Amino acid sequence: MTRTRMPGISRRSTLALMGAGAMTVAAPWVARAQAKTIKIGMPTILSGRVAQLGTSSRNGVMFEVEKVNAAGGLAGRQIEMVIRDSKGQPQEAARIARELVNTDGCEWLIDGEASSGSFAVHEVARDLGVLCVHTCSEASSLTADPKQHIPNAFRCVRQGIHDSIVGGSYAASIAKAKGLKKWATCSPDYAYGRDTTGEFTLYLKRFAPDVEIISESWPKLFQPDYTEVVTKILQAKPQALYSCLWGGDLTSYIDQANIYAMFGQMEVFAVNMADYTALTVVKNLPKGIHSGNRYIKTFPTTPENAAWGDAYKAKYNEYPTNWSWQNATAVMFLAEAAKKANSTDGKKIAEALTGLTIKSPFGADGTVTMRGDDHTLVGYAIGWGTTIPQEPYVPEVKAGDWKTIFELEAEWKKSKGYT
Amino acid sequence: MPRSHRPFAPGPAHGYESAQVDLDAFAGCLTSSACLVTQTTSGLIIGMLLFLVAVGLTLIFGVLKVVNFSHGAFYMFGAYFAMTAYQLTGSFALAMLAGAAGTAILGLIFERVFMSRVYGADVLMQLLVCYAFVLIFDDVVRIIWGPEFKSMGMPSAFQVMPLFIAGGVVPPYYLLLIGVALLAAVVLGLGLSRSRIGKVIRAAAHNPGMVSALGINTGLIYGGVFALGGMLAGLAGALAAPVRSLTPGMGFSVLIESFIVTVIGGMGSILGALIGALLLGLIRSFGSLGFPLFTDGLMYLFMVIVLVSKPTGLFGKEAA
Repeated sequence: MTRTRMPGISRRSTLALMGAGAMTVAAPWVARAQAKTIKIGMPTILSGRVAQLGTSSRNGVMFEVEKVNAAGGLAGRQIEMVIRDSKGQPQEAARIARELVNTDGCEWLIDGEASSGSFAVHEVARDLGVLCVHTCSEASSLTADPKQHIPNAFRCVRQGIHDSIVGGSYAASIAKAKGLKKWATCSPDYAYGRDTTGEFTLYLKRFAPDVEIISESWPKLFQPDYTEVVTKILQAKPQALYSCLWGGDLTSYIDQANIYAMFGQMEVFAVNMADYTALTVVKNLPKGIHSGNRYIKTFPTTPENAAWGDAYKAKYNEYPTNWSWQNATAVMFLAEAAKKANSTDGKKIAEALTGLTIKSPFGADGTVTMRGDDHTLVGYAIGWGTTIPQEPYVPEVKAGDWKTIFELEAEWKKSKGYT
Repeated sequence: MPRSHRPFAPGPAHGYESAQVDLDAFAGCLTSSACLVTQTTSGLIIGMLLFLVAVGLTLIFGVLKVVNFSHGAFYMFGAYFAMTAYQLTGSFALAMLAGAAGTAILGLIFERVFMSRVYGADVLMQLLVCYAFVLIFDDVVRIIWGPEFKSMGMPSAFQVMPLFIAGGVVPPYYLLLIGVALLAAVVLGLGLSRSRIGKVIRAAAHNPGMVSALGINTGLIYGGVFALGGMLAGLAGALAAPVRSLTPGMGFSVLIESFIVTVIGGMGSILGALIGALLLGLIRSFGSLGFPLFTDGLMYLFMVIVLVSKPTGLFGKEAA
């Protein structure tokens, strides 16, 4: 007599499967730890007025994640990005960040929020102890203030104080050369506008003590009409104007100031002009606006940077933004840290990231560094130049000097009581 | 110690001092013809665009007794239609026509298909329908034109040096803008008071049942008024397109100021909308000189003063 095995799943296999199922339910972290893919959560702004912030951040991340995955992943694990829309609301950003870790099983966070949301996500990272890389917030205090410091959070973003030092120094040199003593300012009336303008004028006056601010305007964020602001500035008759308006607000302002022929009457310094989001949208871009570099494929003037910008444009049919390169850099750092640590454990990655220097198309000398003492990005290409109405838009950029930036940043930190 | 050696002297938290009130600049402007001309035309420009949006709002309320919270969307569509037409044809006149005609058709469809169903309903229901369409229209724009901001660009005919009148600066494009808005005000005012259609519209606003009993199609009148209101907002959007960035949701801020205008001028009054819009424009223009951080506050303060002294608005009629 022969025993005939019935088709289907045997009793032994069924028991084994049930056991494994019960273990997965009872101890999900075991299953998670053994997962081949590593999930990285990313709250960012994908809808509303500044949706471009989120979409270009997402593109920047995915552009590099695909490369990392193609090369074998992070310590052998493929990256799976879980990207959610916070609508630009800080409380929503915090809720999503928590959900990404607790419910979706994300092991790390990439925080693609603007400043207000970043501080909220930072608190979630502090609470959950999860590795977090901020990729959009330029507010200096996020990493400069020691009260904000946590070992598991890093900022892979240009910083307001760095831009102000370089911008103030550049503007002062123009002011001295052209005798620009009477200045006006026009910036959006919220924390970023106030802080950035304050820091810029601080360094402008430091490098050119004769400068006097004779008029200031604080239009609301997303204000549709700037006519009264433009005419107010014309009445004050300044020799130069500084503005940190950005995005659609900046393009509206330029269009409205253009028909008053404002740009022929004064030198204009608009820190956020040299970003493709604004450069490619303004139809009648005036020649000779001074701007800081946000992302521009011609600065730094290296083949690596130009190739990266072109490849990104070929993939997404638009030029990268300032947020694109910052998010891409975050993935580059994480990949290098995973290689160094030969692990995807959050703590080991944090240790590897601290003080890590990597090769980068966006580095002033071909490298960027995640500074050890305050976990923030340094060594990126930073400079100012003047615009022309067609590509390359900012033909020549005068690079900032990182030695001076470090010295003045240290002085600034001391004055704020941060060190 | 020289100032340059003390870059971090204690100061306000944001490191920047702001003037709350600048009465010197305000008084100085009142005595300078150049400043008066520049600021007055600046106020007229702001006011006239607001008037075009607010007058549609007040017209719809006057006749249909509906507060159209989705009115800002017509301003937005007007701007996008104009930009697309300008990109396709390169003609500024066609762009304006596309902005106005496109929103008129949209208004007619919106009224006939959706709004006409909630005329007898609770105000809350009307509000919800309008608000739902604010969100839907914003998403439609996002799907068709994309979420990022756009710019139409100034037509080359207007890329000229501004005019200098009594020392004041006046851009030629803004003269056109003021002229078009004034023309719309005159045509609308005369049309409603003198023409037969105007009389029928006014009669329908007063007693729709009687107008209907006389054999006049009130549905057609309602649809026409809604289309006219939408067209005026669309025209405002088209005129603003060369100087303002286009973005989904751009109608919202204009809508709020338009409500202030209609409340100040009196709900349902065209003259009230014109006077209210011009006053608001001048408050913004001169307020930005004397009270730079309280310009918006001045608008609301003025609204409160008007409401306290005349609750129906400057030209509003007392309820029967």
